[in-house]
Amino acid sequence: MKQATRQLLLDPLHLQNPITLQVLGICSALAITTTVETALLMCGALTFVLVCSNTIVSLIRNLIPGSVRIITQLAIISSLVMIADEILQAYFYSLAKELTVFVGLIVTNCIVMGRAEAFAMANPPLRSALDGLANSMGYNLVLIGVGLIRELFGTGKVLGYSIFPDGYEPNGLMVLSPGAFLIIGIFIWIQRSISPEMNEDS
Amino acid sequence: MELINIALKAMFVENMALAFFLGMCSFLAVSKKVDTAMGLGLAVIFVLGITVPLNNLIRHFLLQEGALEWLIGEKAEEVNLSFLSLIAYIATIAAMVQIVEMAIDKFSPALYATLGVFVPLIAVNCAILGGSLFMAQRDYTFSESVVYGISGGVGWLLAIVALAAIREKLRYSNVPASLRGLGITFITTGLMAMAFQIFGGIQL
Repeated sequence: MKQATRQLLLDPLHLQNPITLQVLGICSALAITTTVETALLMCGALTFVLVCSNTIVSLIRNLIPGSVRIITQLAIISSLVMIADEILQAYFYSLAKELTVFVGLIVTNCIVMGRAEAFAMANPPLRSALDGLANSMGYNLVLIGVGLIRELFGTGKVLGYSIFPDGYEPNGLMVLSPGAFLIIGIFIWIQRSISPEMNEDS
Repeated sequence: MELINIALKAMFVENMALAFFLGMCSFLAVSKKVDTAMGLGLAVIFVLGITVPLNNLIRHFLLQEGALEWLIGEKAEEVNLSFLSLIAYIATIAAMVQIVEMAIDKFSPALYATLGVFVPLIAVNCAILGGSLFMAQRDYTFSESVVYGISGGVGWLLAIVALAAIREKLRYSNVPASLRGLGITFITTGLMAMAFQIFGGIQL
Protein backbone atom coordinates (compact mmCIF):
# COMPACT_ATOMS: atom_id res chain seq x y z
CA MET A 1 0.00 0.00 0.00
CA LYS A 2 1.24 3.45 -0.83
CA GLN A 3 2.24 5.71 2.02
CA ALA A 4 -0.45 8.27 1.26
CA THR A 5 -3.23 5.71 1.09
CA ARG A 6 -2.11 4.08 4.30
CA GLN A 7 -2.10 7.44 6.02
CA LEU A 8 -5.55 8.16 4.66
CA LEU A 9 -6.85 4.92 6.10
CA LEU A 10 -5.02 4.70 9.40
CA ASP A 11 -4.78 8.27 10.65
CA PRO A 12 -8.47 8.64 11.51
CA LEU A 13 -8.30 5.52 13.67
CA HIS A 14 -5.86 6.96 16.15
CA LEU A 15 -3.85 10.12 15.47
CA GLN A 16 -6.64 12.03 13.72
CA ASN A 17 -9.56 10.31 15.40
CA PRO A 18 -12.73 12.24 14.60
CA ILE A 19 -14.08 12.08 18.14
CA THR A 20 -11.11 12.31 20.42
CA LEU A 21 -8.95 14.67 18.38
CA GLN A 22 -11.06 16.51 15.82
CA VAL A 23 -13.95 16.86 18.32
CA LEU A 24 -16.55 15.98 15.68
CA GLY A 25 -19.78 14.10 16.19
CA ILE A 26 -19.69 14.03 19.95
CA CYS A 27 -23.44 14.24 20.54
CA SER A 28 -24.31 10.88 19.12
CA ALA A 29 -21.18 9.27 20.51
CA LEU A 30 -22.37 10.08 24.00
CA ALA A 31 -26.09 9.66 23.63
CA ILE A 32 -26.52 6.27 22.05
CA THR A 33 -23.70 4.32 23.70
CA THR A 34 -25.71 3.00 26.63
CA THR A 35 -25.64 -0.45 25.03
CA VAL A 36 -23.41 -2.07 22.41
CA GLU A 37 -26.42 -2.92 20.28
CA THR A 38 -27.58 0.67 19.78
CA ALA A 39 -23.98 1.75 19.27
CA LEU A 40 -23.58 -0.83 16.48
CA LEU A 41 -26.76 0.31 14.80
CA MET A 42 -25.63 3.92 14.92
CA CYS A 43 -22.21 2.93 13.54
CA GLY A 44 -23.86 1.20 10.60
CA ALA A 45 -26.06 4.19 9.85
CA LEU A 46 -23.21 6.67 10.12
CA THR A 47 -20.83 4.59 7.99
CA PHE A 48 -23.45 4.40 5.26
CA VAL A 49 -24.19 8.12 5.35
CA LEU A 50 -20.57 9.24 5.57
CA VAL A 51 -19.24 7.05 2.75
CA CYS A 52 -22.14 7.93 0.44
CA SER A 53 -22.11 11.64 1.21
CA ASN A 54 -18.36 11.91 0.74
CA THR A 55 -18.61 10.10 -2.61
CA ILE A 56 -21.54 12.14 -3.88
CA VAL A 57 -20.13 15.48 -2.75
CA SER A 58 -16.82 14.61 -4.34
CA LEU A 59 -18.49 13.58 -7.62
CA ILE A 60 -20.25 16.91 -8.00
CA ARG A 61 -17.64 19.06 -6.27
CA ASN A 62 -16.78 20.97 -9.45
CA LEU A 63 -20.42 21.80 -10.12
CA ILE A 64 -21.28 23.28 -6.71
CA PRO A 65 -21.00 27.08 -6.58
CA GLY A 66 -19.05 28.19 -3.52
CA SER A 67 -21.80 30.37 -2.09
CA VAL A 68 -24.41 27.62 -1.80
CA ARG A 69 -22.16 24.70 -0.99
CA ILE A 70 -23.28 24.35 2.63
CA ILE A 71 -26.94 24.01 1.76
CA THR A 72 -26.12 21.65 -1.11
CA GLN A 73 -24.16 19.44 1.23
CA LEU A 74 -26.97 19.60 3.78
CA ALA A 75 -29.50 18.55 1.16
CA ILE A 76 -27.36 15.57 0.08
CA ILE A 77 -26.71 14.53 3.67
CA SER A 78 -30.29 14.85 4.85
CA SER A 79 -31.56 12.81 1.88
CA LEU A 80 -29.11 10.05 2.79
CA VAL A 81 -30.09 10.21 6.45
CA MET A 82 -33.74 9.92 5.47
CA ILE A 83 -32.92 6.73 3.55
CA ALA A 84 -30.99 5.35 6.53
CA ASP A 85 -33.82 6.29 8.88
CA GLU A 86 -36.46 4.58 6.74
CA ILE A 87 -34.33 1.43 6.46
CA LEU A 88 -33.82 1.30 10.22
CA GLN A 89 -37.53 1.86 10.86
CA ALA A 90 -38.35 -0.96 8.46
CA TYR A 91 -35.92 -3.62 9.63
CA PHE A 92 -34.90 -2.72 13.21
CA TYR A 93 -38.05 -1.05 14.49
CA SER A 94 -37.64 -1.54 18.23
CA LEU A 95 -33.96 -0.56 18.20
CA ALA A 96 -34.66 2.46 16.01
CA LYS A 97 -37.22 3.54 18.61
CA GLU A 98 -34.48 3.47 21.22
CA LEU A 99 -32.27 5.72 19.11
CA THR A 100 -35.16 8.23 19.07
CA VAL A 101 -34.11 11.47 17.43
CA PHE A 102 -30.47 10.58 17.13
CA VAL A 103 -30.71 8.95 13.71
CA GLY A 104 -32.17 12.20 12.42
CA LEU A 105 -29.40 14.07 14.13
CA ILE A 106 -26.81 12.43 11.86
CA VAL A 107 -27.72 15.34 9.56
CA THR A 108 -26.06 17.73 11.94
CA ASN A 109 -23.37 15.29 12.97
CA CYS A 110 -20.32 17.41 12.36
CA ILE A 111 -18.26 14.45 11.11
CA VAL A 112 -20.38 14.22 7.97
CA MET A 113 -20.37 17.96 7.28
CA GLY A 114 -16.78 18.29 8.37
CA ARG A 115 -15.45 15.59 6.05
CA ALA A 116 -17.57 16.79 3.13
CA GLU A 117 -16.28 20.31 3.59
CA ALA A 118 -12.68 19.53 4.47
CA PHE A 119 -11.95 16.52 2.28
CA ALA A 120 -14.57 15.62 -0.31
CA MET A 121 -14.72 19.14 -1.76
CA ALA A 122 -11.06 18.91 -2.74
CA ASN A 123 -10.43 15.25 -3.59
CA PRO A 124 -11.51 12.67 -6.23
CA PRO A 125 -14.40 10.30 -5.45
CA LEU A 126 -12.44 7.13 -4.65
CA ARG A 127 -10.15 8.84 -2.18
CA SER A 128 -13.13 10.62 -0.63
CA ALA A 129 -14.98 7.33 -0.20
CA LEU A 130 -11.90 5.85 1.49
CA ASP A 131 -11.63 8.91 3.72
CA GLY A 132 -15.28 8.53 4.65
CA LEU A 133 -14.78 4.86 5.44
CA ALA A 134 -11.67 5.49 7.52
CA ASN A 135 -13.26 8.31 9.49
CA SER A 136 -16.36 6.32 10.22
CA MET A 137 -14.14 3.46 11.40
CA GLY A 138 -12.39 5.84 13.79
CA TYR A 139 -15.80 6.91 15.04
CA ASN A 140 -17.06 3.34 15.30
CA LEU A 141 -14.00 2.32 17.30
CA VAL A 142 -14.69 4.92 20.00
CA LEU A 143 -18.44 4.32 19.93
CA ILE A 144 -18.18 0.57 20.37
CA GLY A 145 -15.49 0.97 23.02
CA VAL A 146 -17.62 3.37 25.05
CA GLY A 147 -20.73 1.27 24.48
CA LEU A 148 -18.92 -1.84 25.69
CA ILE A 149 -17.75 -0.22 28.91
CA ARG A 150 -21.10 1.41 29.64
CA GLU A 151 -23.12 -1.73 29.04
CA LEU A 152 -20.68 -4.00 30.85
CA PHE A 153 -20.53 -1.94 34.03
CA GLY A 154 -23.99 -0.43 33.76
CA THR A 155 -25.88 -3.71 33.43
CA GLY A 156 -23.30 -6.45 33.87
CA LYS A 157 -24.10 -7.80 30.41
CA VAL A 158 -22.75 -7.45 26.88
CA LEU A 159 -25.20 -7.83 23.99
CA GLY A 160 -27.58 -9.52 26.42
CA TYR A 161 -25.10 -12.14 27.69
CA SER A 162 -24.27 -11.94 31.38
CA ILE A 163 -20.56 -11.40 31.94
CA PHE A 164 -20.34 -10.75 35.65
CA PRO A 165 -21.53 -13.31 38.24
CA ASP A 166 -25.02 -12.90 39.70
CA GLY A 167 -24.02 -10.87 42.74
CA TYR A 168 -22.90 -7.93 40.57
CA GLU A 169 -24.58 -4.67 41.50
CA PRO A 170 -25.04 -2.64 38.27
CA ASN A 171 -23.37 0.77 38.32
CA GLY A 172 -26.17 3.18 37.48
CA LEU A 173 -23.79 6.05 36.78
CA MET A 174 -22.57 4.33 33.62
CA VAL A 175 -25.99 4.33 32.02
CA LEU A 176 -26.69 7.96 32.88
CA SER A 177 -25.20 10.84 30.94
CA PRO A 178 -22.34 11.73 33.32
CA GLY A 179 -20.85 8.27 32.79
CA ALA A 180 -20.52 8.90 29.07
CA PHE A 181 -18.67 12.16 29.59
CA LEU A 182 -16.29 10.62 32.11
CA ILE A 183 -15.53 7.58 29.94
CA ILE A 184 -14.75 9.66 26.85
CA GLY A 185 -12.60 11.96 29.00
CA ILE A 186 -10.65 8.94 30.24
CA PHE A 187 -10.43 7.54 26.67
CA ILE A 188 -8.81 10.78 25.56
CA TRP A 189 -6.46 10.70 28.52
CA ILE A 190 -5.29 7.16 27.73
CA GLN A 191 -4.95 7.85 24.03
CA ARG A 192 -2.90 10.97 24.56
CA SER A 193 -0.69 9.31 27.13
CA ILE A 194 0.17 6.72 24.49
CA SER A 195 0.82 9.34 21.81
CA PRO A 196 1.97 12.53 23.56
CA GLU A 197 2.16 14.37 20.20
CA MET A 198 -1.64 14.70 20.43
CA ASN A 199 -1.44 16.81 23.60
CA GLU A 200 -2.77 20.35 23.57
CA ASP A 201 -0.70 23.15 25.04
CA SER A 202 -2.96 25.29 27.12
CA MET B 1 -49.27 25.23 34.62
CA GLU B 2 -48.51 22.74 31.90
CA LEU B 3 -46.35 25.35 30.17
CA ILE B 4 -44.33 26.06 33.32
CA ASN B 5 -43.71 22.34 33.67
CA ILE B 6 -42.41 22.15 30.12
CA ALA B 7 -40.17 25.16 30.71
CA LEU B 8 -38.65 23.81 33.93
CA LYS B 9 -38.21 20.39 32.44
CA ALA B 10 -36.44 21.72 29.36
CA MET B 11 -34.16 23.95 31.42
CA PHE B 12 -33.10 21.64 34.20
CA VAL B 13 -34.39 18.08 34.21
CA GLU B 14 -33.82 17.41 30.53
CA ASN B 15 -31.10 19.92 29.89
CA MET B 16 -30.28 19.69 26.18
CA ALA B 17 -26.53 19.78 26.64
CA LEU B 18 -26.06 17.77 29.80
CA ALA B 19 -28.81 15.16 29.57
CA PHE B 20 -29.19 14.73 25.80
CA PHE B 21 -25.71 15.75 24.64
CA LEU B 22 -27.12 18.08 22.02
CA GLY B 23 -24.92 20.78 20.54
CA MET B 24 -21.87 19.16 22.07
CA CYS B 25 -19.43 20.15 19.32
CA SER B 26 -19.87 23.87 19.77
CA PHE B 27 -20.44 23.32 23.49
CA LEU B 28 -16.88 22.06 23.79
CA ALA B 29 -15.29 24.30 21.17
CA VAL B 30 -16.74 27.68 22.19
CA SER B 31 -16.60 27.34 25.97
CA LYS B 32 -13.12 28.75 26.54
CA LYS B 33 -14.34 32.21 27.55
CA VAL B 34 -17.49 33.32 29.36
CA ASP B 35 -18.14 36.23 26.93
CA THR B 36 -18.16 34.11 23.79
CA ALA B 37 -20.08 31.34 25.55
CA MET B 38 -22.71 33.92 26.50
CA GLY B 39 -22.91 35.15 22.89
CA LEU B 40 -23.37 31.67 21.48
CA GLY B 41 -25.88 30.81 24.19
CA LEU B 42 -27.99 33.87 23.38
CA ALA B 43 -27.85 33.04 19.68
CA VAL B 44 -29.04 29.51 20.44
CA ILE B 45 -31.99 30.79 22.51
CA PHE B 46 -32.87 33.17 19.71
CA VAL B 47 -32.73 30.61 16.91
CA LEU B 48 -34.40 27.83 18.93
CA GLY B 49 -37.16 30.24 19.94
CA ILE B 50 -37.89 30.92 16.29
CA THR B 51 -37.29 27.60 14.55
CA VAL B 52 -39.08 25.24 16.95
CA PRO B 53 -42.46 27.06 16.69
CA LEU B 54 -41.94 27.50 12.95
CA ASN B 55 -41.26 23.81 12.45
CA ASN B 56 -44.25 23.12 14.66
CA LEU B 57 -46.45 25.02 12.20
CA ILE B 58 -44.87 23.20 9.26
CA ARG B 59 -45.52 19.90 10.96
CA HIS B 60 -49.14 20.68 11.80
CA PHE B 61 -50.08 22.21 8.48
CA LEU B 62 -47.95 20.31 5.98
CA LEU B 63 -46.28 17.16 7.12
CA GLN B 64 -48.41 15.34 9.68
CA GLU B 65 -50.78 12.60 8.63
CA GLY B 66 -53.91 14.32 7.33
CA ALA B 67 -52.36 17.75 7.87
CA LEU B 68 -53.13 18.94 4.37
CA GLU B 69 -56.85 19.01 5.09
CA TRP B 70 -57.01 22.81 4.78
CA LEU B 71 -55.67 22.51 1.24
CA ILE B 72 -57.17 19.44 -0.40
CA GLY B 73 -60.05 18.55 1.89
CA GLU B 74 -60.93 14.96 2.69
CA LYS B 75 -58.35 13.38 0.46
CA ALA B 76 -55.76 14.53 3.02
CA GLU B 77 -56.48 11.41 5.08
CA GLU B 78 -54.35 9.39 2.69
CA VAL B 79 -51.42 11.79 2.60
CA ASN B 80 -48.65 11.42 5.15
CA LEU B 81 -45.57 13.45 4.40
CA SER B 82 -43.85 12.88 7.72
CA PHE B 83 -40.98 11.03 6.02
CA LEU B 84 -40.00 14.43 4.63
CA SER B 85 -39.81 16.01 8.06
CA LEU B 86 -36.03 15.80 8.40
CA ILE B 87 -35.29 17.65 5.20
CA ALA B 88 -38.08 20.16 5.81
CA TYR B 89 -36.82 20.97 9.31
CA ILE B 90 -33.21 21.38 8.29
CA ALA B 91 -34.14 23.54 5.32
CA THR B 92 -36.27 25.75 7.57
CA ILE B 93 -33.46 26.03 10.06
CA ALA B 94 -30.83 26.85 7.46
CA ALA B 95 -33.07 29.43 5.80
CA MET B 96 -34.18 30.94 9.12
CA VAL B 97 -30.61 31.24 10.32
CA GLN B 98 -29.69 33.08 7.15
CA ILE B 99 -32.66 35.45 7.45
CA VAL B 100 -32.09 36.07 11.14
CA GLU B 101 -28.46 36.88 10.46
CA MET B 102 -29.37 39.40 7.76
CA ALA B 103 -32.12 40.92 9.91
CA ILE B 104 -29.85 41.39 12.92
CA ASP B 105 -27.21 42.89 10.68
CA LYS B 106 -29.66 45.39 9.27
CA PHE B 107 -31.62 46.42 12.33
CA SER B 108 -29.23 46.09 15.22
CA PRO B 109 -25.53 46.38 14.39
CA ALA B 110 -24.68 46.27 18.09
CA LEU B 111 -26.40 42.92 18.52
CA TYR B 112 -24.78 41.73 15.29
CA ALA B 113 -21.38 42.54 16.69
CA THR B 114 -21.96 40.18 19.61
CA LEU B 115 -24.09 37.46 18.01
CA GLY B 116 -23.16 37.76 14.33
CA VAL B 117 -20.29 35.34 14.18
CA PHE B 118 -22.21 32.64 16.01
CA VAL B 119 -25.39 32.68 14.02
CA PRO B 120 -24.12 30.84 10.91
CA LEU B 121 -22.30 28.42 13.19
CA ILE B 122 -25.50 27.21 14.81
CA ALA B 123 -27.18 26.24 11.54
CA VAL B 124 -25.50 22.89 12.01
CA ASN B 125 -25.71 22.84 15.79
CA CYS B 126 -27.52 19.65 16.69
CA ALA B 127 -29.33 21.38 19.57
CA ILE B 128 -31.37 23.32 17.02
CA LEU B 129 -32.42 20.34 14.91
CA GLY B 130 -32.75 18.27 18.07
CA GLY B 131 -35.20 20.80 19.47
CA SER B 132 -37.42 20.45 16.42
CA LEU B 133 -37.19 16.66 16.42
CA PHE B 134 -38.09 16.42 20.10
CA MET B 135 -40.97 18.81 19.48
CA ALA B 136 -42.26 16.48 16.77
CA GLN B 137 -41.72 13.36 18.84
CA ARG B 138 -43.54 14.75 21.87
CA ASP B 139 -46.33 16.19 19.78
CA TYR B 140 -46.25 19.67 21.31
CA THR B 141 -48.91 22.24 20.47
CA PHE B 142 -47.89 25.63 19.14
CA SER B 143 -47.75 27.44 22.49
CA GLU B 144 -45.94 24.50 24.07
CA SER B 145 -43.38 24.58 21.29
CA VAL B 146 -42.71 28.30 21.82
CA VAL B 147 -42.05 27.65 25.50
CA TYR B 148 -40.01 24.53 24.79
CA GLY B 149 -37.83 26.30 22.22
CA ILE B 150 -36.97 29.24 24.43
CA SER B 151 -36.48 27.35 27.67
CA GLY B 152 -34.43 24.64 25.94
CA GLY B 153 -32.16 27.42 24.76
CA VAL B 154 -31.98 28.91 28.25
CA GLY B 155 -30.94 25.55 29.65
CA TRP B 156 -28.25 25.25 27.02
CA LEU B 157 -26.99 28.77 27.82
CA LEU B 158 -26.83 27.94 31.53
CA ALA B 159 -24.75 24.86 30.84
CA ILE B 160 -22.29 26.47 28.43
CA VAL B 161 -21.75 29.59 30.58
CA ALA B 162 -21.16 27.44 33.67
CA LEU B 163 -18.66 25.30 31.78
CA ALA B 164 -16.87 28.37 30.38
CA ALA B 165 -16.54 29.85 33.87
CA ILE B 166 -15.04 26.60 35.14
CA ARG B 167 -12.64 26.43 32.20
CA GLU B 168 -11.46 29.99 32.84
CA LYS B 169 -10.48 28.97 36.36
CA LEU B 170 -9.01 25.69 35.14
CA ARG B 171 -6.34 27.58 33.24
CA TYR B 172 -4.56 28.22 36.52
CA SER B 173 -4.59 24.59 37.61
CA ASN B 174 -1.92 22.04 37.03
CA VAL B 175 -3.67 19.49 34.83
CA PRO B 176 -1.73 16.39 33.68
CA ALA B 177 -0.30 17.04 30.19
CA SER B 178 -2.34 14.39 28.37
CA LEU B 179 -5.55 15.50 29.99
CA ARG B 180 -5.18 19.17 29.07
CA GLY B 181 -7.74 20.73 26.77
CA LEU B 182 -10.36 18.28 25.59
CA GLY B 183 -9.85 15.54 28.20
CA ILE B 184 -10.35 17.65 31.29
CA THR B 185 -13.25 19.46 29.64
CA PHE B 186 -15.06 16.17 29.19
CA ILE B 187 -14.49 15.17 32.78
CA THR B 188 -15.63 18.60 34.02
CA THR B 189 -18.76 18.32 31.91
CA GLY B 190 -19.32 14.86 33.34
CA LEU B 191 -19.21 16.26 36.87
CA MET B 192 -21.58 19.06 35.88
CA ALA B 193 -23.96 16.57 34.32
CA MET B 194 -23.84 14.59 37.56
CA ALA B 195 -24.85 17.72 39.47
CA PHE B 196 -27.71 18.32 37.05
CA GLN B 197 -28.93 14.76 37.65
CA ILE B 198 -30.21 16.03 40.99
CA PHE B 199 -33.08 17.70 39.15
CA GLY B 200 -34.06 14.29 37.81
CA GLY B 201 -35.89 13.53 41.04
CA ILE B 202 -38.29 16.46 40.68
CA GLN B 203 -41.82 15.36 39.90
CA LEU B 204 -43.48 17.72 37.45
